Amino acid sequence: MNIPTELKYTKEHEWIKLDGTTATVGITDWAQGELGDIVFVELPEVGDKIERTKPFGTIEAVKAVSDLFAPLSGEVVEINAALEDDPMVINRDAFGDGWMVRIECSDLSELDQLLDSAGYESIING
Amino acid sequence: MTETETQAVKTAFFKYHVEAGARMVEFAGFMMPVQYQGITAEHLAVREKVGLFDLSHMGEFEVTGGDSLAFLQHVTTNNVAALEVGQIQYSCMTKADGGIVDDLLIYRLADRYLLVVNAANIARDFSWLKSHLDGDVRLVDRSGQVSLLAIQGPDAEKLLSELTTYNLADMAFYTSATAEIAGCEVLFSRTGYTGEDGFELYIPPQHTDTLWKAITEVGKRYDLQLIGLGARDSLRLEMKMALYGNDIDESTNPIEAGLGWIVDLDTDFVGRNVIAQTKAEKPKRRLVCLEVQGRAFPRHGYDLLVDGKPVGKVTSGTFSPSLQKPIALGYVPRRYAKAGSELEVAIRNKRFAAHVVKPPFYKDGSHR
Repeated sequence: MNIPTELKYTKEHEWIKLDGTTATVGITDWAQGELGDIVFVELPEVGDKIERTKPFGTIEAVKAVSDLFAPLSGEVVEINAALEDDPMVINRDAFGDGWMVRIECSDLSELDQLLDSAGYESIING
Repeated sequence: MTETETQAVKTAFFKYHVEAGARMVEFAGFMMPVQYQGITAEHLAVREKVGLFDLSHMGEFEVTGGDSLAFLQHVTTNNVAALEVGQIQYSCMTKADGGIVDDLLIYRLADRYLLVVNAANIARDFSWLKSHLDGDVRLVDRSGQVSLLAIQGPDAEKLLSELTTYNLADMAFYTSATAEIAGCEVLFSRTGYTGEDGFELYIPPQHTDTLWKAITEVGKRYDLQLIGLGARDSLRLEMKMALYGNDIDESTNPIEAGLGWIVDLDTDFVGRNVIAQTKAEKPKRRLVCLEVQGRAFPRHGYDLLVDGKPVGKVTSGTFSPSLQKPIALGYVPRRYAKAGSELEVAIRNKRFAAHVVKPPFYKDGSHR
């Protein structure tokens, strides 16, 4: 199972990479495998405020549609525009080129709510 | 491991699917591959080259005896008397109220008929057929002894011709033959559920390993890909081929479903009178092909709207890998069934424009 140890996770199968107060967010390799080929990704716009645990986008895959839940609260500062033309990059490289949004975090205490790789692994094996 | 997984039947090819990295799911009581490398890639492999499907979950019934023809005329909607030995017919079974029990293929062989039915309906079809037995007819369920492989795609004939001396070039669509393939005598037919040229092989247990290995070995030269149920669904949907349980069921009749071409009202079958009446009065609703605009993914059960009001439901939908746009099948009132009619699909909290198009969605299939 591909679960990089340097990332943080949510039980909704998102990964979070922290760089100061900026968080890059995507879905995990396990999640893309469960969804199958991804056809569309609906993302918020730059400047949108998002709130932890609230839906901020959707993923339409061949087998199912899935909401994206914000792992942290803050403002969207960048979205991965490449997903518009080639959403299957998430299937190919979930932890890299398949990233979705960058968030400027507004409440760093929320970081305590995230899982480490071992915690996430126990969820998908649970 | 869940209860369904422990009870689900493994086909003769289970180990090959696992070896190939398939994602296995329980489907109609069988452990089946839903995808290997990915549904889109598998779909396009069948459209462009050739793919191999394990369809061993399908059911096979044998009908023998002097009154076989009369029996099959009574229980199926098409004209079985039109079949010559070696020919195959698409048909359906209907209840007295015209609702579809199942759709099926009927093979007329030299000494018997072979019925090929949907996996999910094997037990129900068998008991329904049994309840209509009359005269000198023997009905036997061979499903457990027959494995089914399909080779589908524009290169299917080239691939299979390397494994047999049988003259495939002259074999017509919807005909069958018995011949040696890779040294194994099997019944096979030029049939499929993809819109492409292709063959389906009915394989007895002693030949399953030999044939899988021979086909996949020769297949390397043709870039043969293994194809799961996911791509099987999108391939058939692009052709507007009905899927039982989604697009047709006991609550739909063949006329509504656009299957009038497999109904011969000059034969006397169960459900004939109701279906004749539906045809004469014209059905209240029809199964139509819809192209949807925008970043939409229509799915089974979503509402179809006119002027904001629900008029029908999507029965099957996908993002078409060949056309690169969302497509759907659904029932709509007859007045909206014409090509060009404009509707909307309600997808969660949004509405997407859709319009009726003529079938099939995909028009460049290699089947003849």
